[in-house]
Order: sequence, then structure tokens, then C-alpha cells
Amino acid sequence: MSKRILIVGGGLAGTITANGLCRQLGSQLRTGEVSITMLGATDQHMYQPGLLYVPFGGIRETELFRDQKKVLDRRINFFVDPATKIDVEGNQVETQSGKSFAYDYLVIATGSRIVPDEIPGMAEGAHWFYDLDGARKMRQALEEFDGGKIVVNVNAPHKCPVAPLEITFMLYDHLEKRGLMDKTEITYTYPIGRLHALEPVAHWANAEFDKYGIKYETFFNAKAVNPGAKTIESEEGSTLPYDLLVTIPPHRGAEVIEASELGAGGWVPTDRQTLNHEGSTNVFVVGDTTNIPISKAGSTAHFEADTLIDNLASLVLEGRTARLYDGKVFCFVETGMDTGTYVWFNYETPPNPGPPSKMIHWFKLAYNRLYWLSARGLL
Amino acid sequence: MSTTTIDARGAYCPGPLLELIAGLKLIEIGDEIEVLSSDQGSIKDIPEWVAKVGHEIGESAELDGYWSIRIIKAK
Repeated sequence: MSKRILIVGGGLAGTITANGLCRQLGSQLRTGEVSITMLGATDQHMYQPGLLYVPFGGIRETELFRDQKKVLDRRINFFVDPATKIDVEGNQVETQSGKSFAYDYLVIATGSRIVPDEIPGMAEGAHWFYDLDGARKMRQALEEFDGGKIVVNVNAPHKCPVAPLEITFMLYDHLEKRGLMDKTEITYTYPIGRLHALEPVAHWANAEFDKYGIKYETFFNAKAVNPGAKTIESEEGSTLPYDLLVTIPPHRGAEVIEASELGAGGWVPTDRQTLNHEGSTNVFVVGDTTNIPISKAGSTAHFEADTLIDNLASLVLEGRTARLYDGKVFCFVETGMDTGTYVWFNYETPPNPGPPSKMIHWFKLAYNRLYWLSARGLL
Repeated sequence: MSTTTIDARGAYCPGPLLELIAGLKLIEIGDEIEVLSSDQGSIKDIPEWVAKVGHEIGESAELDGYWSIRIIKAK
């Protein structure tokens, strides 16, 4: 009987996994011994890191999107039919259209979403770039900005942990080039007692902020935004005035995870090495959806997916898994409009970012296009 | 009172304190989070932030190469 692999979620993690499995299970797909089905929420695949450039007009919106069917291997049965209930006991998934999909192996890759509504006043008073609508509005607000106080406010949890620093440096460069920095003050706030979760990155950012005159306040977790008074208040008792508020809103996992009682906040309890849903042997979790205490980032999804592809293919072919995920994360860090650096680490190796250079920035720009090869499982 | 454990051992990013801040948003007042951290800095920065915000520190212990720090959500 055919082994049915069901992938819930069509973001980067689900897409790399699906395409990678096709490459490893070609013979079995041809004979019908294996089938791969994906349930996605949209027929478009978005390159999410590209949103960082939208507020500055640095990328065309059409560059952000591809038809999901064209990104996926044609042997994948793809449905735009989001999951509404995942039943890991009954080995089946119910969908918005009322269908039910049974599986032998399940991959949960439902991702994360921003929840600005969880902070009173944030949706009304703040701008963000973590979705296309927000990035467009931020671009408009930036075009109209002619000097004043900018607050870049970071909340927990959030994905792409270097993006808050990147947007701050890019804001500085952008406003400097427009001749507005002499009448602009940028203040960056961070939830813990330094400027970034990674100590070496925080140390580096500290020196850069001091060099550029960017102010900062640590131990700042947004409690409320007052759009009328144009202030943001923290849980720690601080209040900052702003003319333009750029926020990294708090995140949650997908609603279907909580609706299926698979994990608080939409994060699924996951073994940090095998990527198994805790308590299941045939259910795997990949990408932002896991509760593993590492960065929620595209590279994390990519490296987890690489491990999962090998393990799922080995399970199908040989009845055993192949290897363990080592916690690898790699992030480019844009340090302005024309320089960049990178950082990588895993469970055993601490991060150690190198000096910024134009070359790394150019490689990041190249990766903005190479991404589509990653999603197709080729890179 | 229910207790949720966050195993942040070996976590460089986002790290134990950010995991705690995120975790506190998901529990009720009076409930407890136990953070497991292999970062010695956690025994300083977690209590510092907890005191600043107004939650409560419960029992903490040094175990076999890592620390267990308990926090009770107070507001």
C-alpha cells in the first residue's frame, strides 16, 4: 500500500521538505509506492526576507512572489485548502473545504504570524514590515516623514531576529541620504538587557549605534501604544514619545495548532534533534512552528528541512532515520544600505560575526534571487 | 498552580530570557515557568528582569552543568 506523506503548510519549510522528498523518492513516486500531498493557505509563495526592502522601495513587489505550483515539484499534490484540525491520534487532517486527508507521515509546517492586536493600540499606532500590507504602509509613512523621533520597538517572540537591527541601520542610511538625520532621532528598544539576543551581535551593534548616534533602551517590552498621544509604554515602566513608530510585533504560531490543542501559542512541542512532534513517531515539525528554543528564521527552516528530508526518505525506504538536526542557523545581517555581515551557530558552536563588507551585502542581494533555488530544493 | 518548563539549554538565540518573556505571555497569573539554562548569565539577567517587571522569582538551583530558575507570573 502507498505511503502517504502529508505536508501541512506551504511556506519555506514545507516547500523545501516537499521538493527535497521528491528528489529522494523519485522511483517510489513513479511506481505509486509513495504519495506527497501539500495543504497550503495560498497559491502564492512569498519571499519573506524581501519585505525588509519594501519600505525603502528597494525591491519590486513582483520579485517577492512566485506561483506556488511552479515552485513545487509537479509530482506533489498541492491543494489551496488550509488545515482546520490536525488529529495526530487519528492520523488525519481536516481542511477548510470540509475534506479529510489521512496520512502515514505528517509534516507540520504551519509557520508563525504577527499578532499586533495583542498590544493595545499597536495596530492603530505602529508600522511594521513583517507582512506586505504593513510594509506598504510603512513605505508611505517613510515617504511622508520629514524628521522627528523614530522608535524601533522589538517584541518577543519574533522571527528573523536580525531584521530589527537591519531595519534600524537601513532607516539611518535612508534618512541620512535624504538629508533628514540632522533633525531625526532614532531610538531602538529591545526586550532584554542588551541590543540583541546574541551577545557578540549585541556587542557589535552597541558600538555601531554609538558611532551613528542611534539611541537605545533595553529591558523594554511594549505594554501599550497610545496613538493619540504618540507614545509607547513598556511593561518595565518607561514611556517613549514618537513621531514614527516602527515595531516588530509579537508572534504566534498558526491558529490551527491551538485549535488542534497541539501547543500553547501555536508552537508545537518538538524534539530538538529528531524534529519529531513529542509523543509521535510519524509526525514531524519543521520551521517556525516548533517550540525549539532557536531562531525562527528561514535558514533554520532550511537546515531543519534538510535533516527531515533525509530522515523521512530513510524511514520510507529503510524503516530507520538517518541523522539528527544540530541546531544550525545562518543569518545574513544587512548593516546599512550597502554593507552586510553574517552570523552562524548551532547547539554547540557560539556565534561570531565578522566585520561588515560590501561583498557580503552583494551576496545577500544575490541570495534574494537564489532563494528560489533553495525553495525548490536545489541549493 | 501549573508549571511549564522551558528547556533553553544550549540556546544562543533567542536565549533563555527571551524564551521566558515569550512563555509568560502564554500562562495565567499565579502559574509558574521553570527555565533550564546552560548560560551562567541567566542567573543574573533573569532575576534582574523579573524584578524590574514585577513577577516573582521562585526556587533556583544549580544542577549538573546548568541552572533551573523558577518564575511565578504575578501580573
